[in-house]
Amino acid sequence: MLRLGVIAATLVTCVAFAAPLGLPPMPIPANNPITPDKVKLGDKLFHDKRFSSTGEVSCATCHDREKGFADGLPVSEGINKLTGTRNAPTVINAAYLHSQFWDGREPTLESQSTQPFLNPVEMALPSHEPILKIVRTDPEYMDLFKKAFGKTGNRITMTEVSQAIASFERTLVAGNSPFDRYFYGGDKKAMSPAAIRGLDIFLNQGRCVSCHVIEQTQALFTDNRFHMIGAAAQQMPKDLDELTAAVEDVKKKGTDIAVLSNAKTSSLGRFAVTRDLTDIGAFKTPTLRNIDLTAPYLHDGSLKTLEEVVLFYNNGGRVKETDPVPELLSGGIRPLNLSKEQEADLVEFLKALTSPEFTQK
Amino acid sequence: MKMDRRTFLKTTGAAVTASALPISLIKVAFGAKNPAKDFTFAYISDAHIQQIEGSKFVRNWDMGLIRTIQEANLLTPRPDFFFFGGDLAQLGKKEELDHGLEIMSRLRGKVYYVIGEHDYYLDLGKYWESKISPLWYSFDHKGIHFIVLNSILTYDKWTHKNWADPMDRMLAMARLDNPEGSPFLVGEKQREWLKKDLEKVDKSIPIVVCSHSPLQKIYKGWNFWTDDAESVQALLKPFKKVSVIYGHVHQIQYNQIGNISFQAVMATAWPWPYPKSYVQAPSHLPKLTVPMNRADPFFERDATGWQFIDLRTGNVDMHYQLPDNKNRSVVFNTKTGRPQDVKYQNVGSRIPPQNHY
Repeated sequence: MLRLGVIAATLVTCVAFAAPLGLPPMPIPANNPITPDKVKLGDKLFHDKRFSSTGEVSCATCHDREKGFADGLPVSEGINKLTGTRNAPTVINAAYLHSQFWDGREPTLESQSTQPFLNPVEMALPSHEPILKIVRTDPEYMDLFKKAFGKTGNRITMTEVSQAIASFERTLVAGNSPFDRYFYGGDKKAMSPAAIRGLDIFLNQGRCVSCHVIEQTQALFTDNRFHMIGAAAQQMPKDLDELTAAVEDVKKKGTDIAVLSNAKTSSLGRFAVTRDLTDIGAFKTPTLRNIDLTAPYLHDGSLKTLEEVVLFYNNGGRVKETDPVPELLSGGIRPLNLSKEQEADLVEFLKALTSPEFTQK
Repeated sequence: MKMDRRTFLKTTGAAVTASALPISLIKVAFGAKNPAKDFTFAYISDAHIQQIEGSKFVRNWDMGLIRTIQEANLLTPRPDFFFFGGDLAQLGKKEELDHGLEIMSRLRGKVYYVIGEHDYYLDLGKYWESKISPLWYSFDHKGIHFIVLNSILTYDKWTHKNWADPMDRMLAMARLDNPEGSPFLVGEKQREWLKKDLEKVDKSIPIVVCSHSPLQKIYKGWNFWTDDAESVQALLKPFKKVSVIYGHVHQIQYNQIGNISFQAVMATAWPWPYPKSYVQAPSHLPKLTVPMNRADPFFERDATGWQFIDLRTGNVDMHYQLPDNKNRSVVFNTKTGRPQDVKYQNVGSRIPPQNHY
């Protein structure tokens, strides 16, 4: 952790505005300071459907404010209702994550934002050129880019586009949930008795906190690591030939396109990025903040409700207790022996992680 | 194809990417003159399969062995064979050995077995011999002479003490730091056999000896020890290249004594710490290891692992596969004449241990 701290200190500067209750200061890259003009520009870019081959899909299609900046679907739909292989993660608090995408294949919001434009099952542009053409000639964009970056014409590149989108995303932070008011704010009435019991299970018998981290002054509910939790185990390559074929697929098409176009390749998880055996089928620990808003769950959206998720973990990474234990299951995943009441309390706790700006509709 | 280790790793790393092989096991040339000796094998050890009751076994140990086998089945090109380095069972019970064998049956390839003390002291190796393997034997493979020893015997007066129950003997030997235990031995009978076995072998042929306990003296208090180690080493002394591979210690250790390279293999079950940390008084432990960097106790596979091995130098080059940790390679350095860690040998390149609060 110490080493990470040093890296963080050299790469980012912390912005002055106070973080919501339960969240740490926002890390901002030194080369992309946040400004109101950039945020405004990023907001517009994020919602612009012209950046897709059909003119019908924007970032916000799959990251919809009304749906907790996710899309409510098991796996996302891009142009012409084409589907990928993975569940859209919420953008809320994504700015805190050490890597982006379920397999962490991109390190920053900036680098992440340029990929869905080109993925054939997402926005399906042949290149970034159509985006640049619009932002260099559309009067509204010309004005916004001038204000945000002092740039016009060919000096506007995807760097500025991605920096603006990332700046907008850095404003999508939400803490101050009933849990935060209870745990950090000292309001003992902020959570229901069931949720308070659920917190105890979360911290102890359920061992959820081992990966979904809660710290003394803040909680991001992720360890920023990758774990094989048993989800979609049946999709995983069964032998060396299938594994080799999947790796071949990644190399031929590039990770982004390969993993979103083929469920078997997708099931490689972090392995597609690192080729490290520990990472086969391992996916990033997602935050649990606002989790009640972003069903369905897991990287493949295979579980419909929080009740199903809790049962899945209680069974040691299996939908049914009688399902086989995946051979490469992460060592941290094992049966929890929670009673039905404990499962219900845990769900109540998860529902107490919703920030007020998303509950007050 | 002659190249130094660094170039070798770099080039083969590139080859991995180019041929889409999922992991870094690459055929290694033993030498242009001996193309037949171009092979690898893999080594799995210390599974400690433990029965709780009936068909219930300790999940953690089961999962360690299962994961290892799943990974080893992905090795490409295929290793010529596997070794299991001992302690398949925790308390030598038939149920444990049978359950262990059932898991081992998922491994694709021939397995040579070495017996450990946890497999032996309940019935003195009877079930092992009838079901699994002889207790000591040798074979030749592509120009290498392999020897398997039963190094976990001990003095007869301890073994045949007036035990109320054989399980008492098993439990006494299973305890790591039992002051009532007894030091391991290869014993005279086996040393005689070894002497005869070696008479047939040309002195220039590389020898690989596989035993469960170290055939060197590391720490008597934990039985990281073989009492007649020097006598065994003396029999191996006339040979040009000798490698000893041992399990039992559940950690990375390597050492060179004269012509003999020693390398320990990891357990699939759990790690032991280096015993030095428990020593109260000054001891004269040989300087053996770069200590294991144990990243995080939450990850139950961390600091366990398995290994694949090549003999391109004629000595054992050990490639440790360490889940949730950084893989390591301990390779015979022909210049210094001893095994060395490819990446972490220099103090400056080591990962400092973490402090837990």
